[in-house]
Amino acid sequence: MATADAADFLDALTRCLGVDRVLTGAAPMAAYESDALTAFRARPRAVVLVDSAEEVVDVVRLCAAADVPFLARGSGTSLSGGSLPVHDGVVIAMNRLNRILEVDPVRRTAVVEPGVVNLAVSDAAVPYGLYYSPDPSSQSVCTIGGNLAFNSGGAHCLKYGMTSNHVLGLEVVLPDGEVIEIGGDSLEGVGPDLVGLFVGSEGLFGIATKITLRLLPKPETYFTLLAAYDSLAAAGEAVAAVVASGLLPGAMEIMDNLAIEAAEAAVGAGYPLDAEGLLIVELEGEKQQVAAESELLLDVVRKSNPYLEHIASDPDDRMRIWKGRKSAFSAVGRLSPDYIVQDGVVPRSRLGEALTKIQDLGEEHGIRVANVFHAGDGNLHPLILFDGRVEGELERAEELAGEILRLCIDLGGSITGEHGVGMEKRQYLGEMFGEADLDAMRRIRLAIDPGELANRGKMFPDAEAPALLSHAPHPLEAAGVISRE
Amino acid sequence: MTGAPSRPGSAAEVAEAVRGAELVLPRGGGTKPALWSAEGAEVLDVSALSGITEYLPSEYTVTALAGTPLAEVEARLAAEGQYLPFDPLLVAAGSTVGGAVAAGANGPGRLRYGGLRDFLLAVTFIDGRGEIVRGGAKVVKNAAGFDLPKLMVGSLGRLGVLTECTFKVFPHPESCATLRVPGMAVDEAIEAAGRVGAGAVEIECLDLVHGLAGWDLEIRIGGRSFALDARLKRAADLLDTDVTTLSGDADASLWRTRREFGWASPDASVLKLPLTPATAGALEQVLADLDASHVGRVYSAGVQQAFVAWPAERVADLPALDLALTEAKLTALALRAPADAAPRPILGYRTGGELLRRVEQALDPAGRFGRLSSPSAALPSRP
Ligand SMILES: Cc1cc2nc3c(=O)[nH]c(=O)nc-3n(C[C@H](O)[C@H](O)[C@H](O)COP(=O)(O)OP(=O)(O)OC[C@H]3O[C@@H](n4cnc5c(N)ncnc54)[C@H](O)[C@@H]3O)c2cc1C
Repeated sequence: MATADAADFLDALTRCLGVDRVLTGAAPMAAYESDALTAFRARPRAVVLVDSAEEVVDVVRLCAAADVPFLARGSGTSLSGGSLPVHDGVVIAMNRLNRILEVDPVRRTAVVEPGVVNLAVSDAAVPYGLYYSPDPSSQSVCTIGGNLAFNSGGAHCLKYGMTSNHVLGLEVVLPDGEVIEIGGDSLEGVGPDLVGLFVGSEGLFGIATKITLRLLPKPETYFTLLAAYDSLAAAGEAVAAVVASGLLPGAMEIMDNLAIEAAEAAVGAGYPLDAEGLLIVELEGEKQQVAAESELLLDVVRKSNPYLEHIASDPDDRMRIWKGRKSAFSAVGRLSPDYIVQDGVVPRSRLGEALTKIQDLGEEHGIRVANVFHAGDGNLHPLILFDGRVEGELERAEELAGEILRLCIDLGGSITGEHGVGMEKRQYLGEMFGEADLDAMRRIRLAIDPGELANRGKMFPDAEAPALLSHAPHPLEAAGVISRE
Repeated sequence: MTGAPSRPGSAAEVAEAVRGAELVLPRGGGTKPALWSAEGAEVLDVSALSGITEYLPSEYTVTALAGTPLAEVEARLAAEGQYLPFDPLLVAAGSTVGGAVAAGANGPGRLRYGGLRDFLLAVTFIDGRGEIVRGGAKVVKNAAGFDLPKLMVGSLGRLGVLTECTFKVFPHPESCATLRVPGMAVDEAIEAAGRVGAGAVEIECLDLVHGLAGWDLEIRIGGRSFALDARLKRAADLLDTDVTTLSGDADASLWRTRREFGWASPDASVLKLPLTPATAGALEQVLADLDASHVGRVYSAGVQQAFVAWPAERVADLPALDLALTEAKLTALALRAPADAAPRPILGYRTGGELLRRVEQALDPAGRFGRLSSPSAALPSRP
């Protein structure tokens, strides 16, 4: 864009939003230059702070008219570079669009603006005995808009699903500024599931401005069991046995020794320090049902020979167990100056094999890897520890991360369970899918956004990548506000 | 319809058939004629693409070719104590995997854990260019790439011909029983449904069935046998009225017939309408205005959908129904209807047309499957 045009464009943005809500220049925009994948950084042309859906439409239309790429940004906690600015594009900061427009206890829905923080939805639903189910560990800061762009998950997604399973209707600003409504407020629909297509599209189909979420009745009770094993494989076998028993727990998580030690040091969750594998299984629901299920669960788990078991005695004890689990990654992160989190998925029955191979690969590269994972759905979270100041370590860590992704593909799984492809895993999408599959996705993208204005450069393998800087904890993480999972 | 349907035996043959066609719609078990027939369209019979290709009970995943009868899939799962939680419809009638996904309709059991959209993990389909496209992954969790499996749910054969689908499955509750309260007024039944639904009791199915003597409320509860009686009692206390309990075969056959539409006259057109407890009143009003308050109907899955049996002798009034639904912002799918019954497969209010138009452009540029996005098209027409 010629300088004069560029100035005109900024003028138009300013006329639309006022000078206070159009940030330009290095200092005001510094916080928006990267997300939680701090390895990447890019400078946008401007950051705009929008206050209403109408303003989103105005900004998108200005961008479309001037052929300027843009992306929406929630809280910038993406772990895959999803909210990394497009170089010289516009960042549309959604945080001020954070009203909960309606909580309807009869329909059991909430209508929210995209900048609403995940946990705020559950908080608003408390008076009605309802809650919003998907629970990413970043839930105290990440936004519903970001959650839906990535189809985010959490520890409790085995039974009731991820974000996609809880979004019923959307108002969307398409990349050319056209506004559409899709879905509705019923659990059922007619015609192709366009809401399903939009959720998880990583910001490439435009910006959601109003979201109808489904709420669930809060479980009446929980039964939380901790079991310690002298090998990771044994913990994995216990998971298989629980699955075979016909039980459907709300969560099944495993931590390895490095993660246990770190979590213990950080929050004192009361975990056994000598365990090689620690299993957390949680049943949730109706009292009588959970009581009946817990007997079966205990029976099954005891047969898997844990050397120690512990049942949460009260809600505080349960919170303590979960606190350890949820803090595990940031705790492990503190053992090392830098780290990368991967989130590939493998078939549950191949978890043991995957973990062994990951350990072997780590040893080959001389890099420590800690493991905390959603065992119930085969979603790994290997934490690759390295020191970016040591010559070549970042490259070795990146290489190891890539090998782990390939391993997941080879085992018949996926390169990402919940963190998205974003910037980070683009080159692996083409290994997971064939050329015709990618081509169909590309065609959909281009039909919806011919100029590739919305979040340009993300997800697809052929897009250009900005320079790699370094890996470091997210600022909020360093401050101990959130932890990676 | 032109000529006899072609019956390809492989995905490659489907692709070839699509490439050679001008206007074509796939047919699985043939249980939903209004969805696979259109004027001038060839029928592509995919029933030869049949068989379970992979079933891994420990992964909670099953993969089957699109023409596989759902009855076969269900039988296979049942042998391992598992089931399809979205509760497919018209299973005994011969519904197939691909037909179920493309129709995007679920039975009463979808209330507990979700519908097809929540349990479809991966698909292979032939798009309108005759390309073989895969989407999703055969594992229970995946966020890589666009969610093409969800796009295919409800696509009515208009975005691609499905050739293979992978579903997430769950363990079946150990035992189930049903509480029934007969003869309620509609408002009273919806209120009672809400009361039980909002309580702690976890419900498998909750249907309101319209009959001569008012509405019957039916609530199915399932889980560990040991706890079932206590939970039934709890739900009955919430209902606070006289209830009958059905268990064993009575319970099982009730829900089996429900999803076969055994309650509807065989020549009626069964329409599916997404609903909420708050919009059921609007549907009642539409029916009253059309002098159709007597038609058979079920408010299913916690009043999240209605099945309406539109009588054969009132087919001529379907355009009027179409209009009335549009005004009431309600949408209907001609789910089990004769080929010539419905003016178009989707009646009433539509959203998302512009996005759908762009998706159709991407996957089917030549319009070989017709254009669902075209709002006025009487039938899927050529662009
Ligand atoms: C410490 C830590 C822990 C985490 N734990 C988890 C976890 O347990 N599970 C999990 O799944 N993820 C987790 N994450 C990843 C991250 O929190 C999620 O991806 C989250 O959904 C991002 O939300 P956000 O508001 O920060 O979005 P951003 O990072 O700001 O944006 C993410 C993407 O969403 C797009 N976007 C934002 N708003 C909109 C909108 N309105 N319309 C369309 N697109 C939009 C952006 O363009 C971008 O592509 C974690 C991250 C951190 C840092």
